[in-house]
Amino acid sequence: MKIVMAVIKPFKLDEVRDALTAVGVHGLTVTEVKGYGRQKGHTEIYRGTEYAVNFLPKVKIEVAVDTGQVEKVVEAITTAAKTGQIGDGKIFVIPLDHAVRIRTGEADVAAL
Amino acid sequence: MTFKMPSRLGLAGIAAGLLFALCLSFIAFDVAFAEMAAAAAPEPAAAAAAEPTVNKGDTAWMLSATVLVLLMTIPGLALFYGGLVRSKNMLSVLMWVFYSVCIVTIIWVLFGYSMAFTGGSTPFVGGFSKAFLSGVTTDSKAATYTVGANIPELLYICFQMTFAAITPALIVGSMVERMKFSAMALFLPLWVIIVYFPIAHMVWYWAGPDAIDAAAKAVAAAADGAAKTAAEAKLAEVTADAGLIFQWGAIDFAGGTVVHINAGIAGIVGALLVGKRIGFGKDLMPPHSLTMNMIGASLLWVGWFGFNAGSNLEASGGAVLAMTNTFVATAGAALAWMFVEWMAKGKPSLLGAVTGAVAGLVAVTPASGYAGPMGAIVLGIIAGIVCYVFCSGVKNAFGYDDSLDVFGVHCIGGIIGAILTGILVNPALGGTGIMDYATGKIADYDMVTQLIAQFKAVGMTLVWSGVGTLIILKVIDVIIGLRPTIDSEREGLDLTDHGERAYNM
Repeated sequence: MKIVMAVIKPFKLDEVRDALTAVGVHGLTVTEVKGYGRQKGHTEIYRGTEYAVNFLPKVKIEVAVDTGQVEKVVEAITTAAKTGQIGDGKIFVIPLDHAVRIRTGEADVAAL
Repeated sequence: MTFKMPSRLGLAGIAAGLLFALCLSFIAFDVAFAEMAAAAAPEPAAAAAAEPTVNKGDTAWMLSATVLVLLMTIPGLALFYGGLVRSKNMLSVLMWVFYSVCIVTIIWVLFGYSMAFTGGSTPFVGGFSKAFLSGVTTDSKAATYTVGANIPELLYICFQMTFAAITPALIVGSMVERMKFSAMALFLPLWVIIVYFPIAHMVWYWAGPDAIDAAAKAVAAAADGAAKTAAEAKLAEVTADAGLIFQWGAIDFAGGTVVHINAGIAGIVGALLVGKRIGFGKDLMPPHSLTMNMIGASLLWVGWFGFNAGSNLEASGGAVLAMTNTFVATAGAALAWMFVEWMAKGKPSLLGAVTGAVAGLVAVTPASGYAGPMGAIVLGIIAGIVCYVFCSGVKNAFGYDDSLDVFGVHCIGGIIGAILTGILVNPALGGTGIMDYATGKIADYDMVTQLIAQFKAVGMTLVWSGVGTLIILKVIDVIIGLRPTIDSEREGLDLTDHGERAYNM
């Protein structure tokens, strides 16, 4: 099992969610985050005081998937989240040891 | 100096005991002063003029104006300032402003009104003849600017009370995010007593048009030489029964000096003494809610009609002129700031527009009942531009942390207003001219004379307030210290001073 973690542009969330549903993913966790990579920030001015804001708002999605599904899921996210502009984001695949469905006690792949 | 702090319960007990003793003394003093006042009552005035009357229209308007000015402070100023600080300090700003209203309200009726608006042994400050509102009843009257027209004195007391409440609240903007509540709680009442009451007295206290008119008529009616000399002496005495700055001939319709220059210079002194916020210049400290800031600014503008038009004390043409000026000067200033910023920085900001509006309101305050509307527009535009320069260029050049631009908006805006009032009052420029109640006609206008008086008023206010604020803050610093600990400041005053969060989201 793996966790697929993707940091994407916030307005792409709905598109990515639809794409994931299409490949059979039926649950995900979303967090609002800030970050930067090659996309630079911007300057804000408040009454003569200038602030260079380097962190940009992003959305982080985490999905637990069966190892065999990882490639499909990564491709779905990539296609849906891509705009071609700097700042589209990144996807990380992280090993997942154990998963449990709290309501029923099902474990590992049955819990995904 | 170290001493063992009593337990919290002990402190509460001491406070309750003091409060109880104070209440008992109120009653005792009230009785004593009433007897003193009755014994010292002046001779009844020569029956030259009819008794002034109070009408319901003026009273109704002034009741509304008073409430509008309160709205300016809570929540107008509270939100205007609060939106500009970081969310971890929002509640502390709200608390400082709210506390200012409450503490000043009490002090005002105890002895503040008396110190400001009764005659004293010096022209600097009044006396205690009306302490505890002794002698004031629902029938008591206060003068307006029209002979024969009065308003209830209690109403005048309440109206002026709201001015006294907002002035210290304005100062706090320069010291936000790094001053302990205990220090602020001490500072506000001490400041209002030592600085505000005397300045209000100096600028606004006078015998009133009814007294002057009566004395002037007595001079005209005096038959022979001896009676005339006596009547003239009486007129001179009545005319001299006024605050120092009033006697200099300086004019300030609604409080450009008394409120804005006063608070503004106190603000910069406070900012310099308290020091910069930790991380100033390095950490990101953008306003946490410009939405709240704009709501506050809007409430300030709406409430300011009570401040300016209410300062006419009657529901008459003067009030209408003040309202008009309060509209156009503000709009002119907001647009001026907005366009200058657009050109200088590339984007017009909302914060700039509303700050410009407030700068215009400040500048038109002393001029509102004296200038013509076209002059008021010019005044607004100048204030918007000059205050913009001070709030960005000058402030950054000197590097001081006047966090909410109390100096740049209120002191500078007030000075612009005070000086330009001396020019715009000129009838040739659409102004009203200044009424001379001894002659019953508009006095001749001389720009140089008037400007000298205005400059003297500005100078006196700057010195009295600047020095007074410096001394008070220094004393408080020695007794309990001004700043919280570094950790408390980093965590946020809401939690460390008040045990609350402004937002639990």
